[in-house]
Amino acid sequence: MAIHRHDNHKSANALMEWVDKRFPATKVWNEHLAEYMAAKNFNFWYFFGSLAILMLVVQIATGIFLTMHYKPDAELAFASVEYIMRDVPFGWLVRYLHAIGASMFFVVIYLHMFRGVIYGSHREPRELVWLIGCVIFVALMAEAFMGYLLPWGNMSYWGAQVILSLFDVIPFVGPALTEWIRGDFVISDATLNRFFAFHVILLPLILVALVFLHLVALHQVGSNNPDGIDIYDNVDDDGKPLDGVAFFPYIVIKDLIGVAAFLIVYLGVVFFWPDGGGVLLEKDNFAPANPLQTPPDIVPLWYFTPYYSILRASTTSLLFALQIITGVIVLWLWLRAKISLIAKVAFTGLAVCVFAGLVFGSGKAWGVILMAAAIVCFFLLPWLDRSPVLSVRYRSLPFKIALAFFLVAFFILGYLGMNAPTPGKTLLAQICTVVYFAFFALMPWFTSIGKTKPEPTRVTYEAH
Amino acid sequence: MKKLSVLLVTLISTVVIGSSAFAAGGHGAAVDEVHMNMSDKASLQNGAKLFVNYCLSCHSAEYSRYNRVAEDLDIPLWQLKENLMFTTEKEGDLMKTTMPAEDAKKWFGVTPPDLSLVARVRKPAWIYTYLRAFYQDESSPSGWNNSLFENVAMPHALYELQGVQRKVGKADLESHGPIDAHAASDAVGEQRVVGDTVFELQHPGKLSPAEFDKAMADLTSFLSYMAEPAQLKRKTIGVYTIAFLIILMLLCIVLKAEYWRDVH
Repeated sequence: MAIHRHDNHKSANALMEWVDKRFPATKVWNEHLAEYMAAKNFNFWYFFGSLAILMLVVQIATGIFLTMHYKPDAELAFASVEYIMRDVPFGWLVRYLHAIGASMFFVVIYLHMFRGVIYGSHREPRELVWLIGCVIFVALMAEAFMGYLLPWGNMSYWGAQVILSLFDVIPFVGPALTEWIRGDFVISDATLNRFFAFHVILLPLILVALVFLHLVALHQVGSNNPDGIDIYDNVDDDGKPLDGVAFFPYIVIKDLIGVAAFLIVYLGVVFFWPDGGGVLLEKDNFAPANPLQTPPDIVPLWYFTPYYSILRASTTSLLFALQIITGVIVLWLWLRAKISLIAKVAFTGLAVCVFAGLVFGSGKAWGVILMAAAIVCFFLLPWLDRSPVLSVRYRSLPFKIALAFFLVAFFILGYLGMNAPTPGKTLLAQICTVVYFAFFALMPWFTSIGKTKPEPTRVTYEAH
Repeated sequence: MKKLSVLLVTLISTVVIGSSAFAAGGHGAAVDEVHMNMSDKASLQNGAKLFVNYCLSCHSAEYSRYNRVAEDLDIPLWQLKENLMFTTEKEGDLMKTTMPAEDAKKWFGVTPPDLSLVARVRKPAWIYTYLRAFYQDESSPSGWNNSLFENVAMPHALYELQGVQRKVGKADLESHGPIDAHAASDAVGEQRVVGDTVFELQHPGKLSPAEFDKAMADLTSFLSYMAEPAQLKRKTIGVYTIAFLIILMLLCIVLKAEYWRDVH
């Protein structure tokens, strides 16, 4: 429903003309909503983009109300949260919406990312959309991590202590850097105050800016679809895609169904299961921060646990396994790989450096490196994926098998990260860590083998 | 793709069920299940009475207010002031103990923890078991010990109600099967199981074992209520909200069908 001036009432028309001369209101509306064309076969997976924006708005709106009563002070913070939960009218609702909203935000973001992977939305020409999205993911993790300190519960305190101490392993500057971030020798009032500042000002600003860039980049190249084909390959006489519908009203109205369904789940948890069985609100966090009393198991919230598992899996035996893997890769390079001699020498040099690092580096240092690498891998996806088709619907079997393995490993890592380690669990985490990285490392190979199905020329859609 | 979706759904449900079962189970001490009914005002009122009479002299509930408790539990203000407010004159005050923290630390070796949120830190079943698991132990400084929380500094504050019990030994839980705590016998000398321990009543208290168990269930219910006062209305609001959202979703589906009618 594009705005055409002759449609409108005369005075409204005159007003819009006045505005449009000074600000491109109608132009922006048309380009990004009324005439932005999206494929008509968007399915379930396409709800999560708009839901992510919804969650950003919910978190900002509830966050504003929480800051009206929250006190960023080590002496007062915990009590002020309980004040919100008890004495502020509907404060409990706002606080639950925010705390559980953080988890729901990650649910939405993970599903949104998964959509990208299965339909090839990260591939050319949408690499920048994906990269900006990855930066959003990292910024969101920082936002969540800092927000988790604010209730000043015992798990807030010890979780922050454990994660911040990871910076210690950075050579030379690590301990000084950690102290600089904390503003003290331990997690303290100074840390709480700066985390509050970052959580309510810096990172929300960054997130909003990044989301804007994400959308600008998306609208430059257009949305992908479940068939992974370009809807502009089939256009009518006006140059409009035959398989496209205008974002407003078609996709917006459709997304409303997703919003309502999502709210049923989200508010269902808020009203009937706010603790999430101790996963969404951890029981140790209902006791105030106590530097003298370490909780029995320090675990991060579920959305960090896959990476936390990878961190903990890094023991001497994993490093030994990685040494062997490095050796095998070098052997394969010289015996089988079809690359130039210079490349072989260069890769061997690199492998020797990694090998030396694995021999002389500590398990903790490698844990931090692997944990960071686990997230960096997402950034590389557009270039690791070599499949001739985008959508999983037409992809070869090896890709589907590899993705299934990755999913299983990711979930097992997530589960193990919530549990105290045992020798058996650590071994399982190590196997899953290898699967996790193998998925990315072998992707150029398994996406280029196997038989892909032919892509259709038009999107798959049946009118209801 | 269908297989991948099925896999994803299976993984999500397995992990959600597995992890929440783990978090609920905690560290695996044997505890007795407690039956709580948050809409049973009489039970909550009895719990409140026990709390102010037996707990509040040493423990605070410093995030909870007297008048809020009275309002939520349908206790008239005059009754609150006469029977329940021992530490202050103002009904809007927080429920703080009068025992100075410094002295408490000197007397017990540790400041008694605040109980506002205890039911969210410890599970209700744990509290219910703990309250019933005190026994006489001459070797401990207070003369009391607890089978669920060994060498706890807290003495048995409720012994005048429960009486004095002696620890017989660890129960063989497999052979006993599931424990029905309320089926305990009233007679002195009879043995009963609390958590994973067998006790024998030596001196009866004011309440019979069955009455005492009921009283402790009331107290546990009150502590649960106090850990999250909003839970009394949270679920009611939730039902209306979800009902509204279901209607909204149906309307959205109809609206979408109408808008999309011309898309082929």
